[in-house]
Amino acid sequence: MDDAIHRSLGLTDEEYGDICRIIGRDPNHLELAMYAVMWSEHCSYKSSRIHLKRLPTEAPWVLVGPGENAGVVDVGDGIAAALRIESHNHPSAIEPYQGAATGVGGILRDIFTMGARPIAIMDPLRFGPLDDPRSRWIAEGVVSGVSGYGNSVGVPTIGGETVFDETYKGNPLVNVLCLGLLPTDRLVLGQATGVGNLAVLLGSSTGRDGIGGVSVLASAGFSDEESDAEKRPSVQVGDPFEEKRLIEACLELLDARLVVGIQDLGGAGLACATSETASRGGMGMDVDVNAIPRREQGMEPFEVMTSESQERMLAIVEPADLERVLAICERWEVRAAMIGIVTPGPATGDADGGRLRILDGFDGDVLCDIPAASLHEDAPLYNRPCIAPASFDEATRTLGTEPMPESTDVAAELLELLADNRWVFSQYDHQLFLNTVEGPGGDAAVLRLKHPVTGVDTGRGMALTTDGNHRWCAVDPRQGTALTVAESLLNLACVGARPLAVVNCLNFGNPEHPEVMWQLSEAIDGMAEACVAFESPVIGGNVSLYNESLGSDIDPTPVVGMFGLIDSLDRRPPGVGLVNGGRLLLLGTTQPELAGSRWARARGHRGGRLPSIDFAEHLRVAGVTRSLVASGLLAGVHDVSNGGLAVALTEMAVRSNLGISAARIATVAELFSESPSRVILCVPPENIAAVENVCSGAGVPVSRIGVAGGDRISVKGLLDIPLADAVSAWTDRIPSALGAGTAQD
Amino acid sequence: MSRRVGVVVFPGSNCEQDMLEAMALVGAEPELLWHGDETTNGVDAVIIPGGFAHGDYLRPGAIARFSPVMAAVAEFAAAGGPVVGICNGFQVLTEAGLLPGALQKNRGLKFLCAPAELRVESTDSILTRSAEAGAVLQVPINHFEGNYTCDAETLAQLRDENRIVLRYVDNPNGSVDDIAGVCNAGRNVVGLMPHPERATSELLGSTDGLALLRSIVA
Repeated sequence: MDDAIHRSLGLTDEEYGDICRIIGRDPNHLELAMYAVMWSEHCSYKSSRIHLKRLPTEAPWVLVGPGENAGVVDVGDGIAAALRIESHNHPSAIEPYQGAATGVGGILRDIFTMGARPIAIMDPLRFGPLDDPRSRWIAEGVVSGVSGYGNSVGVPTIGGETVFDETYKGNPLVNVLCLGLLPTDRLVLGQATGVGNLAVLLGSSTGRDGIGGVSVLASAGFSDEESDAEKRPSVQVGDPFEEKRLIEACLELLDARLVVGIQDLGGAGLACATSETASRGGMGMDVDVNAIPRREQGMEPFEVMTSESQERMLAIVEPADLERVLAICERWEVRAAMIGIVTPGPATGDADGGRLRILDGFDGDVLCDIPAASLHEDAPLYNRPCIAPASFDEATRTLGTEPMPESTDVAAELLELLADNRWVFSQYDHQLFLNTVEGPGGDAAVLRLKHPVTGVDTGRGMALTTDGNHRWCAVDPRQGTALTVAESLLNLACVGARPLAVVNCLNFGNPEHPEVMWQLSEAIDGMAEACVAFESPVIGGNVSLYNESLGSDIDPTPVVGMFGLIDSLDRRPPGVGLVNGGRLLLLGTTQPELAGSRWARARGHRGGRLPSIDFAEHLRVAGVTRSLVASGLLAGVHDVSNGGLAVALTEMAVRSNLGISAARIATVAELFSESPSRVILCVPPENIAAVENVCSGAGVPVSRIGVAGGDRISVKGLLDIPLADAVSAWTDRIPSALGAGTAQD
Repeated sequence: MSRRVGVVVFPGSNCEQDMLEAMALVGAEPELLWHGDETTNGVDAVIIPGGFAHGDYLRPGAIARFSPVMAAVAEFAAAGGPVVGICNGFQVLTEAGLLPGALQKNRGLKFLCAPAELRVESTDSILTRSAEAGAVLQVPINHFEGNYTCDAETLAQLRDENRIVLRYVDNPNGSVDDIAGVCNAGRNVVGLMPHPERATSELLGSTDGLALLRSIVA
């Protein structure tokens, strides 16, 4: 075998040697292609697995942890929730619409693979700056792709941040989270069991699209735009109508208990789905490559096995059920083809079994014969060098020595931080299924919790938030990630929810750069510390590496998705808003520290030492917030995060079109500090005493900082601007920038 | 008293479960009708719900009008049976020729999911008979192709015959004459772009859709 082939497929010489050792001979072209995609960074997590083990993953309510298609938690009343987050960063960078669309399609399949009906999507999106035409082109395309696919496939998109920053110029981050619900007893796993059971391929025919998506595209950085454009054929093309029918057909198959196991086809296509189902079940599988319906003629077996054509599922069914399976598929106009047979393996005591064989007809030539498990379990595991940047002082956890700049015009500095992302989310159906109590734009989205089959309303609610902060993580990835998890917890508390589970999407640069590996390792430690403190197990995640362009890595961007429950959802949470005459109370204590803040980044400052966090104090603040939200004593509530008190207060004001008058904020540092564990409450005067009692009872500091009303936003001694100026800055920023035109190059 | 309400499901429909839930709230006995069956199954009213029937391929409603159930729906409508098309259902009804006009892409060329205010212009239709004339209802919209259009003659006729049943207070999509919903000459077939089923609970932000849905089974 010519060594140039394995290298061009993204395998190193050492990895090639491992393959030869595993199968006891040189691999043929088909086998090599399958190892290349399955051992890619994207599929094998070979650089990150060693670190991911440090995350807490267990709790009594966790039914399925990391490693399956989605994590699953028990939410009571016989209902389980399936949760998963993924990235589609690289495809979206070069073909924004289809990249984002197929990201949505892929995450949905991960959820209904578990037997769950997908009920909500969140899309945390990060783009280059608004003044960059190519970044605007990417942003427009990605939002259209999410909208075009998500709306049509019939799953509401209920939230997700939209961030514009220089660091994502050339490498946007398109993360997609999906939540699904299932009756607890319908939980299915992606595994093949039972010798002689059949593997049935459902959905689209297989074409040449997306070949090498996980290896060529997702496991390498970007260089110049011309060669990136040549990678466009590695981006898949989505068909939401096919997916919609696939969802309905699969859920009907699951309801009728006609499948033993089911697995979606995503990255690495059939190579992954056949080997993964077989090896999870401790079995082998024979696959007839000719039985796979194709979109075009002349496809080579390696193309068929590694194609990432969308909207396909692999179901394992008992032979006696095949006819009923085909009938249900026909009703939903979903193509179904029997392509494989489950063969013996370790689970049936057959030590020599467990082979994945690709055949030229079930009685024909053997084209590939490898241990199914070796594509996963024997994938390389790297402990790559981790080195902190020279400018980071590990003793004090301080980056650089540059002094914080002075403020020159507080009003202007505030206005430039305001942006309403309504332009984004008004393009998403966020109300389908009649669950959405709080949609996009609030601290967290809130859904009614109804039984996924009977529709019976439990009277309880679910809450979802996604959060990431590359500015904090660029200063100190460990502390920054812990602060991010803390922000998620507080976002949930602001809608009255307690946390149940976390999923993460770890977006980092090139793992071959020791500083990037240090960032990743530190971020995982920070996440582990916070998740342990908050008793929030990590039930799944995704690692996206090689987020770089022109040799420059993105700022580390771990994105946290946190899922929580509201014990009694009998009224809408107060939300981010004000009432006239309402008193403004601040829970928690402000640390006058600007390092890592939006204010500092906007002034070009990228170092310093992040504010500290006391997990116990944070839990107290979250607990008090939760009980106050439930009590009905509040008129408005908002956590203090990006942009500090200045932005939090202004957001409450512009959303209610009501001014504020605040005091007892002494300095610019206090005004823009993003220190954690703080919440602003708007309290009708008659409820102040009751609210303060609750706080003091819980040992949470609370201070009266102002009153709502009037038509100005004023902070005594620091700021005084017309409300209208803030409203127009907030409202106009994104529409006017994206209305300014886009450019593809 | 009509109680049995059939909600048509095409491949690609997605608001059918929401319609079942909302119609049950107003005391109906809702059931699903499959697009491939050539019957309305003896129901007392038919709703064509929102979604993307047949993927909206070609253009919204263009393929759905050929689904076998549509001949039965047309027959049912011709016999005076109440038929309501919501969002994609409205598009299907115009494509099927059961309602005049057409729905083109929104003025802003973007999908729009947003709250909307509707004014009840006529209570003489099976969708508005239980509503109050002139009332302003909060009912959300959720569409890309909701920009209602028709020729001048048709528009004059719709006005003269008081067949514009709902208008937007603040036109979000460029619809001619702010039209949000129209009915046929018999006033038993109504199409509207907004989603009354999404305005059926305080938790969801509005209960103003209930008056419209109640009309169907009044």
